[in-house]
Amino acid sequence: MGTPRLLDVAATVVEVDDLVMTYGDKTAVDGLSLTVEAGSITAILGPNGAGKTTTMETCEGYRAPHSGQVRVLGLDPVRQHRALAPRLGVMLQSGGAWSGARAGEMLRYVASLHAHPLPVDALVERLGLGSCGRTSYRRLSGGQQQRLGLAMAIIGRPEIVFLDEPTAGLDPQSRRVTWQLVEQLATDGVSVVLTTHYMEEAERLANRIYVVDHGQVLTSGSPAELTSAGARNTISFNAKAGLETSELVLALPEECRVREDPAGTYRIDGEVTPHTLATVTAWCAALDVMPEQLAVERRTLEDVFLELTGRELRA
Amino acid sequence: MSDLTFTPTPGTRSFGQLVWAHATMESRLLLRNGEQLVLALVIPLLLLIGGAESGGVVDLGAGRRIDVLTPGVLALAVLSTSFTSLAIATGFERRYGVLKRLGASPLPRSGLLLGKVVSLLVVEVGQLVVISAAGLTLGWQPRGGPSAVLYAVLLVVLGTLAFAALGLLMAGSLRAEATLAGANLVYVVLLVAGAVVIPLSTYPEPLQRVVAVLPSGALAEGLREVFAGDGLGALRLLVLVAWGVVAAALTVRTFRWE
Repeated sequence: MGTPRLLDVAATVVEVDDLVMTYGDKTAVDGLSLTVEAGSITAILGPNGAGKTTTMETCEGYRAPHSGQVRVLGLDPVRQHRALAPRLGVMLQSGGAWSGARAGEMLRYVASLHAHPLPVDALVERLGLGSCGRTSYRRLSGGQQQRLGLAMAIIGRPEIVFLDEPTAGLDPQSRRVTWQLVEQLATDGVSVVLTTHYMEEAERLANRIYVVDHGQVLTSGSPAELTSAGARNTISFNAKAGLETSELVLALPEECRVREDPAGTYRIDGEVTPHTLATVTAWCAALDVMPEQLAVERRTLEDVFLELTGRELRA
Repeated sequence: MSDLTFTPTPGTRSFGQLVWAHATMESRLLLRNGEQLVLALVIPLLLLIGGAESGGVVDLGAGRRIDVLTPGVLALAVLSTSFTSLAIATGFERRYGVLKRLGASPLPRSGLLLGKVVSLLVVEVGQLVVISAAGLTLGWQPRGGPSAVLYAVLLVVLGTLAFAALGLLMAGSLRAEATLAGANLVYVVLLVAGAVVIPLSTYPEPLQRVVAVLPSGALAEGLREVFAGDGLGALRLLVLVAWGVVAAALTVRTFRWE
């Protein structure tokens, strides 16, 4: 129990293998592979035009792969669409409801397409849509429309949900409601695949993150793996200005850089391991220097992202 | 926080239940829409009452005016719902991603289309009952007995299918705004020049051949003949079926869901 091997044999609910999608002469997805394990939350993180939506919509059965293979719950999303559709929950990036339909009415309609839908009133309450049950879709705020879209995706008690930017444009409070719901979905055994622009969202929610750009996976892993792997973390401390650091440079691994900037603030950039930290404190002890405000700064997902894509996420 | 749980329990309903769920939803939305209601009932009723009381401003040919007018207005009601309303509604469903979203739902596309047709027929039953009652009140004397009603139902169903296929052809290839404009334009043109309310016999001779093979001409003229006690003309059925088949084939090839 609890060994990594157990993860290896966990059921795979989504398998995208070397997917290529082109529109005319534009390649939207270029040899992308990913897998999603049952009951996990997987985030596809990337800038606009990275191929996130195209990948999601291929999994949802909207288009057949130009090459490569896609399997969702072991089924071909296009050819076996009828068998797959009831087991799938889909939230599009926008729209999806009649502009004249009332929120409650829209949910009841989608519920009526499923055999064992969630209780509409309880779901409406949970998503904070209670006040707009009789409001037509076009009069809902952007955030309310987003939450209604999420409700439509989960009302049929699906096994897997695909949420395309579920929190785009939400205020912080609505975003928290959505996050809690997504977390409970996974706890209750629903597999969740979501795309997002927001680092903190991927970092907080996802068991596994795929960073994509130009239709390819740049890197993937758990949030902890992504922020610690390959290093570029920093140890910093304050001490007397002008300390002679050549001894420290020799003691540290070769790729570590030591600088004093500004005077009295020392920074060690590189792969930060417990051993690196011990080397730094041992050097301080030898000089009888107290490292004040000693800190280990782990890089954020944002730093990882910028290193990989070289561009701002929200640009 | 509620005690809602999301444990997966997927499943869908029978095809019949899906179609009915969709049909009732569409009918509700259509009847809620003010402009659609004007098109579906107000304009036909105004034409019926105005035409019957205006005493010869517009030449309606031989026969009692109300007997000529009522079947034409019935045909107009079918045209407005199965072509104009359907095209506009479907155009905006495409625009707002409703069709796309439903593409990922358990409702198959065949069920979506069937649901639309059932919804049209439900709305049309309401329209035809109201207009027929108004016509009878104004003195309409339909002939032909029960078989005329049966023929009329057949014409209305075939007309609905032909117009619906044409409406979907328009909605599935044009932008929503273009569909809105186009569907209204076609409605007006057919009303004036398509032998809907004004009988074919009053058109100039060369025009009659053209108008007779329009779906509007076939439906309205067929209804006038049926309720005049002249029975059902094979040509009328043939024209409606031909339009339906050709438009449906083109729609299948050209319809864009997004």
